[in-house]
Amino acid sequence: MVPTQYYLILSAVLFGLGAVAFVFKRNIITIFMSIELMLNAVNLAFVAFSQAFGKVHGQVFVLFVIVVAAAEAAVGLGIIILTQRNRQSLNIEKVNLLKL
Amino acid sequence: MSTPILDILWIVPLLPLLGAATNGLFGKNWPNKIVNTVALSATGLSFLAALEAVREFFAGGQQLVHKEFFDWIVAGSFRAGFDLQMDQLTVIMVLVVTGVGFLIHIYSTGYMSHEGGYYRFFSYLNLFMFFMLILVLAANYVLLFVGWEGVGLASYLLIGFYFLKKSASDAGKKAFIVNRIGDFGFMLGMFLLFKTFGTLDFTQLFAKAAPWSHESWGVFGTFTVACLLLFTGACGKSAQLPLYVWLPDAMEGPTPVSALIHAATMVTAGVYVVARSHILFTHSDTALIVVGTVGCATAFFAATIGLVQTDIKKVLAYSTVSQLGYMFLGCGVGAFSAGIFHLMTHAFFKALLFLAAGSVIHAMGGEQNMLHMGGLSKKIKVTYWTMLIATLAIAGFPPLAGFFSKDAILGEAFQREGGWHSLYVVGLLTALLTSFYMFRLIFLTFHGKQRYDEHHVHVHESPWSMLGPLVILAVLSIIGGWLAAPSFWGGEDHFTAFLAPVFGASHAEGEAALSEAAAHSLELTLAVVAVVAALIGLLTAFWLYLKQPGKPAEIAKSLKPIYTTLYNKYYVDEAYGAAIVKPLLAISTNVLWKIIDVEAIDGTVNGIAHGATATGDVSRRTQSGNTRSYAVWVVVGALTILIIVFWPAIRALAGGAQ
Repeated sequence: MVPTQYYLILSAVLFGLGAVAFVFKRNIITIFMSIELMLNAVNLAFVAFSQAFGKVHGQVFVLFVIVVAAAEAAVGLGIIILTQRNRQSLNIEKVNLLKL
Repeated sequence: MSTPILDILWIVPLLPLLGAATNGLFGKNWPNKIVNTVALSATGLSFLAALEAVREFFAGGQQLVHKEFFDWIVAGSFRAGFDLQMDQLTVIMVLVVTGVGFLIHIYSTGYMSHEGGYYRFFSYLNLFMFFMLILVLAANYVLLFVGWEGVGLASYLLIGFYFLKKSASDAGKKAFIVNRIGDFGFMLGMFLLFKTFGTLDFTQLFAKAAPWSHESWGVFGTFTVACLLLFTGACGKSAQLPLYVWLPDAMEGPTPVSALIHAATMVTAGVYVVARSHILFTHSDTALIVVGTVGCATAFFAATIGLVQTDIKKVLAYSTVSQLGYMFLGCGVGAFSAGIFHLMTHAFFKALLFLAAGSVIHAMGGEQNMLHMGGLSKKIKVTYWTMLIATLAIAGFPPLAGFFSKDAILGEAFQREGGWHSLYVVGLLTALLTSFYMFRLIFLTFHGKQRYDEHHVHVHESPWSMLGPLVILAVLSIIGGWLAAPSFWGGEDHFTAFLAPVFGASHAEGEAALSEAAAHSLELTLAVVAVVAALIGLLTAFWLYLKQPGKPAEIAKSLKPIYTTLYNKYYVDEAYGAAIVKPLLAISTNVLWKIIDVEAIDGTVNGIAHGATATGDVSRRTQSGNTRSYAVWVVVGALTILIIVFWPAIRALAGGAQ
């Protein structure tokens, strides 16, 4: 059986990649994907803990996260489409109406 | 009537308050008639309720009636409730206030009929009645103080009734501020009494105070200090030296106000408080001597100023100050009932004098300078005769009210042992001056040549709504004194006997014991001396102002320094201005305003605001509007929280690694 630490390390790596991509990428879709990546990294950790402690709570949480992620994807993609229509660009630097 | 009025005694002050509220809130667009109805029925019903309460009081065996209606302030052992009480002293005050007040309300409907702000005037007047009744009915010092301050407020509002006139609004402020000085002393006195006796309820306080030892002259014990502080308040409200300066200026108000507030009722509140606290005052020789001396000095001082004033209302104002001095002289010699007696008769004849003066002013179309009147007696007969009666009364001619009350005070002063004889002499001299300036007023106004232009001034008698109260007050001024006619006159001192349950034993103390016959002859002698003094005053005025009309000006010229000093009221206002107002103004402007207010307070407030702006200037850069920077902040925040949460684990790891 694979030890729990391995899952956790993978989860942390995935989360770190997501965070780095979230900060440094310019394309909104990529940023969006990195958010999904972070969410799923967390899901992985949940499932791993659930397995390790033999409890079902973690899996229930994962289901919740998936549902929320789906809703978030719907809203987020809607925003992205509107951004594309309004600005003909998906560059996050261009979304700066509130900039000083 | 099913409920006795005494059980709902609050109805007496409440009715005027309702009248004030109704007129004040809704009266603006009402015709005068409705405003009249509301105001007059409020005061009239209050008067009837007071009469009924007094009747029940007598029917109930004349015991002190003490009613607790509701708690107002309760803190620890301290309780100040809305408690009203009725005893013989209250009976007199309540009847004077509601009765004279009602008459003056009637008069005002005539006098004020052409004035703007009619509803406002009656609303204030009713408000005054409410507070004055609270003052006289209160059963503890705290509630009394509510009325005390309230009448001050009503006085302020009514003095400044013509608020567009700067002198009127200034006079209102002056009255309010000068009174505040006295009130400060009054409050300190209350605090001291509470600290010493643990209660401010009259009955409890006086019961606790009675067994305390007497403080002789020069001893500054609790009683002396408390009484002197209370007397400071009384000085402010009753216009005694050195706080009398507001009363003459208060004549800027409409004349009915001068009659009601600044002659008959409010200004006597100080005398009432001294009489109400007589148990405290009789415990301290010092306090009594101060009260008597201040009263006597004020009586003389104000009378001298009254000699040369030319404004008809100013003469009456100084006369009021002077007469209030008499009342305090009476209280000071321990003759509280004589002081209250003079208070009552003075309420009749001084209200009458003011109302008659108002009628004269009305007739002259607003002229107040007596030098521009003269020869009015034929034209306004009712006013003339009623005013003459009041003048005879105040000058002390028998058998009018003032003779008896003034004589009672002077007699008591004479019979007190110790240094009181000098006060008697000054009081007698003041009686002479009073007679002189009052007849000067009568002769200048009603007799002699007419000194106004008939084409400009259409002299007319006032309507009956104004003359009616004059006549009633004239009758009261004639018969009011008979309540306490001296014994040689075949009368009996009903008044003192009536007040005996209130003033009790504190009265007779210090009087030289005389046999009845000796007392008779002494009273008779004193009365004759007083009448002679009044006659001298009358004849001097007659000679100077009717026989030799040129003489006063000559005398004024030959005694120019004295004359100008008197005419300028001893420059007291100027002295106060230079000694108190100017320095205060300078300190306020240069220190309080320019340093404390602008630099310290505004500086602090503005400094905080500037600090907030500066902080905002720096911190708003975090809100760049750049989406990616927000993303960074989120990550940084998440990392920070993670590090904080896992800090022990991280430290353990680091430790383990070593």
